[in-house]
Amino acid sequence: MLSRVADSLYWMSRYFERADNIARVIDATHSLMLSRVEVGADQRWYRALTAMGLQLDAANSDPQNAIRRLAADVTHRASMMSCLGAARENASQVREEISSEMWEQLNRLYHEAVALSGGVEDDESVMRLVTAVREGSYAFHGVSETTMTHGEGWRFVQLGKYTERACAVSLLLDAYFAAQTQADDLDWIALLASCAAFDSYCKVFTADLQPDRVVELLLVYPEFPYSVRYSVERMNVSLKAITAQSTGRPRAQIGRLIGRLRSSLAFATVSELRAGDLHAFLNGVLDQCRAIHAAVHDAYIDYPIEIAFES
Amino acid sequence: MPTQTTPDVFSGYALSEAFDEMFDAKAQPRRPYRKLHKELLKLTPEELQRSKHQADLTFFNQGITFTVYGRNEATERIFPHDLLPRIVSAADWDIIERGLTQRITALNLFLRDIYHERKILRDGVIPGTVVYTCRHYRRQMSGVRVPRDVYVNVMGTDLVRLPDGRFVVLEDNLRVPSGVSYMLSSRKVMKQIFPTLFRKCGVRPIEQYSQALLSTLRALAPDGRPDPTVALLTPGVYNSAYYEHSFLARQMGVELVEGRDLVVHDNVVYMRTTRGLKRVHVIYRRVDDDFLDPLAFRVDSALGAPGLFSAYRAGNVTLANALGTGVADDKAIYAYVPTIIKYYLDQDPIIDNVDTLLMTDETQRSHVIDRLQDFVVKAVGESGGYGMLIGPHSSEAQRLAMRDQILADPRNYIAQPVLALSTAPCLIEGNIEPRHVDLRPYVLYGDKVTIAPGGLTRVALRKGSLVVNSSQGGGSKDTWVLQT
Repeated sequence: MLSRVADSLYWMSRYFERADNIARVIDATHSLMLSRVEVGADQRWYRALTAMGLQLDAANSDPQNAIRRLAADVTHRASMMSCLGAARENASQVREEISSEMWEQLNRLYHEAVALSGGVEDDESVMRLVTAVREGSYAFHGVSETTMTHGEGWRFVQLGKYTERACAVSLLLDAYFAAQTQADDLDWIALLASCAAFDSYCKVFTADLQPDRVVELLLVYPEFPYSVRYSVERMNVSLKAITAQSTGRPRAQIGRLIGRLRSSLAFATVSELRAGDLHAFLNGVLDQCRAIHAAVHDAYIDYPIEIAFES
Repeated sequence: MPTQTTPDVFSGYALSEAFDEMFDAKAQPRRPYRKLHKELLKLTPEELQRSKHQADLTFFNQGITFTVYGRNEATERIFPHDLLPRIVSAADWDIIERGLTQRITALNLFLRDIYHERKILRDGVIPGTVVYTCRHYRRQMSGVRVPRDVYVNVMGTDLVRLPDGRFVVLEDNLRVPSGVSYMLSSRKVMKQIFPTLFRKCGVRPIEQYSQALLSTLRALAPDGRPDPTVALLTPGVYNSAYYEHSFLARQMGVELVEGRDLVVHDNVVYMRTTRGLKRVHVIYRRVDDDFLDPLAFRVDSALGAPGLFSAYRAGNVTLANALGTGVADDKAIYAYVPTIIKYYLDQDPIIDNVDTLLMTDETQRSHVIDRLQDFVVKAVGESGGYGMLIGPHSSEAQRLAMRDQILADPRNYIAQPVLALSTAPCLIEGNIEPRHVDLRPYVLYGDKVTIAPGGLTRVALRKGSLVVNSSQGGGSKDTWVLQT
């Protein structure tokens, strides 16, 4: 597969996952803002912003306004619509590689979202937009799974999706646990809803909301699709397939990086993490994900020509 | 001729002096169109409009669009598509097929000659200055052997039909003709919308075009290598024909590469893949000559790959079409094509040219320059309807400007009489009205000549307009070549 194509597939998938993630966070945060006023909606908003990797500046100080910007402001590169646009842009460059059903689904979702985001003025219209993106994204994942050949390109799609997810969930966890103020059940519900995790939490742990259990489900639980550990395991599967074709240094290096990340999650216990420095641990996960991204990029996408002729 | 009308959806159908594809002069449907005519009479304008909407939606969702850049934002539009098929009888198609085969054969011999022995110039059949002053003549191609001596591997020839019913060649496109993806996608949509009619009419299939293109390209592999790696080179996603590039690559199952994916090392071309560098043998390039290699042509081009031309000269990679084919579709050379056919094949052209006046000839020039309102003037090296003056539709100021341009650079212009292009029925806001059309069949030439029975029928959707180019408000329709 062409390196450029692999790169576009990877970024199509990452941006799509990012848009999907923002949609879920807006949905959950918005619902939280409506439920309660006494603690001040601003603080939840601040968390969601931090989790999106944004700064709280003057333009974002009004929560309603900030939600609109995060959802629909295309001049804002981290907004949901910008990410959706970037996903489509990348997909359009690899039309011959993805299935036509995938392109049609993504294209239709994009046009629908553009139409909805045109008149985003009140809460209702924001929620209509967010709902459309969330539903469209489930359809896109389903269509991708069933219509795209599960070959090399698919591996890069999966790698992009789960790398993004591991990072996004880590950021969210960090944001919620870094806030020092008393968190209550509504906060935990919002965090879980941001990761589509509320139902799963109740099934695994009952509706008794405990911070330790929230961390367990979202960070180290192996069977929940939005947990960091699950995402890292999926990254591992994709990386194994991607590196299987090559030998030597890149393969060993990528194997070492993903192996270390996997074991740090597999052998972590929640009580130790909570007693120790959860913030540092989560940052460690993010750093390792970045290192894996860079190693893959250097080995398969942007490698020096001289090395290619040596082997 | 008096205006004649027919009832129903055809009630607004006004015949003119142009040849109408559907109706003869007595307003009776011609034989190939009879079944379509009968079916259309059963439909209401609402039903037609609904089908039209359905077709447009399919095009839009498949992303068969082009981008229009406005003041603040870019909007996507579908390429205007007309619902009603243009039908070509088996007898007409037979002439077209033989005529185009003859033409591509002669043009190839001409290209082979002018880049090698130059016999046609030495024999004084065509003045050397006409060839050497062509904007698309590539002196770098002198003495370069190309596989099978075939220069033009993909040709898109624009045919028009005159009031007497004869097809003539309006222009040749020998560089990177586009539009074939519209031919194929429009067929797919039409089959969904008019399945019954399709079966009843007996339409020849065109779906094998991609396979024919691939086998044409494979036949051109360097040293006759049996299993060559083929790639399609595109300028990238911002090119207006990108959809077509991606479509064809997908249909053929070959890599769609951009210049930045290619690496030339020791005169061998590779593409950069996740498994390392992979050698490429045949490149179907959809990038103009000038942009292919910054070392050989335009230094500011980022669309090609440095060193590509020298790998090509070394015979390690095939570029299709070959470089320098543009000299044979220069509009001044066009005037000589009947001579070229006679010279190399000793045959008369099966399909005629449009009468063409060369502005380098003093008598012809002075004849045209005083009657610009009666002529179409074209810049010789342009395509896509650019640099063109349509006399009867021009203003005094435009004609004066053109006059100055011709006098300043006569080599750059030719003039042709204004042709009444044939008209075909089109769906215009629920009614069926005649609009002017042309026809661009696609001719492939590798080890043999292959022509897909069909082509792109382009329509001037504006009433009375004679300009069918998509850049100038034209649309397209499916072209049905009948079995019998």
